[in-house]
Amino acid sequence: MQKTKQLLLFLAGAFLFCLSGQAVQASEPIKIGVAGPFSGSDASFGEQFWRGVEQGAADLNAAGGILGRPLQLVKADDACEPKQASAVASRLVDREKVAAVIGHFCSSSTIPASAIYADAGVLMITPGSTNPLVTERNLSTVFRMCGRDDQQGVVGAEFIVQRLNGQRVAVLHDKTTYGQGLADAMKKRLHVLGKQEVLYEGLTRGEKDFNALVTKLKAVQTDAVYFGGYHSEAGPLVRQMREQGMKAPLVSGDGIFSEILVTSAGGPAFVDGVYMTFGADPRNLPAGRGLVEIYRKKGFEPEGYTLYAYATLQAIAAAMHATQSVEGEKLAQWLHNNAVETVMGKKAWDSKGDLQVSDYVMYRWDDKGKYKEVD
Amino acid sequence: MDIYIFGQQWVNGLVLGSTYGLIAVGYTMVYGIIGMINFAHGEIYMISAYLTAIFLALLGTFGLQSVPVVLVLVLLGTVLLTALYGWSVERIAYRPLRNSNRLAPLISAIGISLILQNYIRISQGARNQGVPPVIDGVWRIPANAVDQHFVQITHLQSLIVVTAFASMAVLTWIIHHTALGRACRATQQDRVMANLLGVDTDRIISVVFVMGAAMAAVAGMLVTLNYGSFDFYIGFLMGIKAFTAAVLGGIGSLPGAMLGGVVLGLAESFFAGFVNSDYKDVFAFSLLILFLIFRPSGFLGVPEVEKV
Repeated sequence: MQKTKQLLLFLAGAFLFCLSGQAVQASEPIKIGVAGPFSGSDASFGEQFWRGVEQGAADLNAAGGILGRPLQLVKADDACEPKQASAVASRLVDREKVAAVIGHFCSSSTIPASAIYADAGVLMITPGSTNPLVTERNLSTVFRMCGRDDQQGVVGAEFIVQRLNGQRVAVLHDKTTYGQGLADAMKKRLHVLGKQEVLYEGLTRGEKDFNALVTKLKAVQTDAVYFGGYHSEAGPLVRQMREQGMKAPLVSGDGIFSEILVTSAGGPAFVDGVYMTFGADPRNLPAGRGLVEIYRKKGFEPEGYTLYAYATLQAIAAAMHATQSVEGEKLAQWLHNNAVETVMGKKAWDSKGDLQVSDYVMYRWDDKGKYKEVD
Repeated sequence: MDIYIFGQQWVNGLVLGSTYGLIAVGYTMVYGIIGMINFAHGEIYMISAYLTAIFLALLGTFGLQSVPVVLVLVLLGTVLLTALYGWSVERIAYRPLRNSNRLAPLISAIGISLILQNYIRISQGARNQGVPPVIDGVWRIPANAVDQHFVQITHLQSLIVVTAFASMAVLTWIIHHTALGRACRATQQDRVMANLLGVDTDRIISVVFVMGAAMAAVAGMLVTLNYGSFDFYIGFLMGIKAFTAAVLGGIGSLPGAMLGGVVLGLAESFFAGFVNSDYKDVFAFSLLILFLIFRPSGFLGVPEVEKV
């Protein structure tokens, strides 16, 4: 009798235990990694990523999560350093066991990190890495939400030649994967357009004094400068150009698409006449109007890649809903074949993981420190 | 090559070199007195950049308009607070390890530099910070009467050069002609003996750290005003460059630090301007290695046997 009672108790306990196990499984959160530079000189881009994904996750969780499970974000700071990027990628995969990753930002970080995600079969979508190599390595689980440098470089080159009538074009870069890649893409198009650059040189990230280079630009009588790099160097560069009396326009890419450029240059007067390529501003699309209002009410201007990051999470959520799965391979396969309705409009990917439509346009900074699309 | 371009590169190099020299003085003074490299010096410079911005903003809220008054007040505030940081670094990272293994204070200084860097990153944010232009104005010397080419130096740049050389001269005078300077030299030559003869060597070493930090503060303020932006990481590269300058000039020698700074600045400018800016740093550091091999005591240094 005693024995049977014990057995029954044990069975009942075991049954309850199983039930509770089931319950935990059902409500266990889906982890999404958010990787990017949250420290270092590119931290403003990391903040754009985070603000975008954070709001996206809050909205999704308010609507009941994905597959009945809530979303949990895991922040991973790569400081735009390739070594640190690999380390945090391993952490996201091995320890955090994330289902998907939104990131990274700097192409030099995204490229090594994406190999780690691909090995683990984890879906990775970068909202803002534009170097062509990111999607050129046959990694089926790697996608991007933005265009490519060989697309924005073309827009930059054509703008300089056709709109600014640049005759003596100098091409500068910051020796990073992104910066040099962008400068090379631009230079290639420049040659196609029948122009030779008068100067092609790199500067060092982290430095502030580019006066020697600026004097050299003057020596070769440059009338337009293209710079592949980030705002922390573009700011001092354009300031020193203006201080030395150079009036040539500076044209750059998405790496300077942040109001921090004004801070880096040390005042709005210096950024007047700076041009940059970026996707058509998603803040102007009807799909995102309500969301932009929510951000502005919170005192955050959702510029740059903020809405890209939001849309990236939407794409991941859509794939999870459609496939009823969190497996990287399945999600990737679905994304390769289906379009997603996002806050930035309808997005669809090709077999490499690039967006099917690229929408680079040119922006111009004014002397108030604001930028506007050039028409 | 046009002569005005050549002249402009001289100006560029001189200005850049003067900032290197101002910071190199801090390295060379500390080395001169205790025979050790203060690896936290670059971070002291970085902190002074933040202090400059903070004081500028503070004075701005008080509505001060006069530029010279603002500059003097900002300079005073920045130098005072930065000197406090310099003093604390010595107190925390050097003094407790005064008689220990030679490597110990070196490593504790690297530790302090990491602490300062991360402290600023966390307390001030990782973003780039900026200051508005305070001193405008530029002198332009026309190259010839026909076209519009010119050699130029901004008022601020000339201020950097003048300040660098003036403060180097003042410091050299202090070391050679005052009681404090004599105590410094005595401490440098033989710390134990100086102590026995009534020199408070601990205090002297503190004073040297404070003077080095004050020079870094002067540099930090001028450089920040000149380039307009900074972040928590600027101390690293600047520290390495200034250290190179100190070694080039002969570490331990004050005029040597200035000379080394100017030579390094000119070398970088001319190489970037006339050869290739990609390899500018390769060139600068090759120069350092060549010097270490063929003339380890630098331009003005005295060859020494025992120190690190």
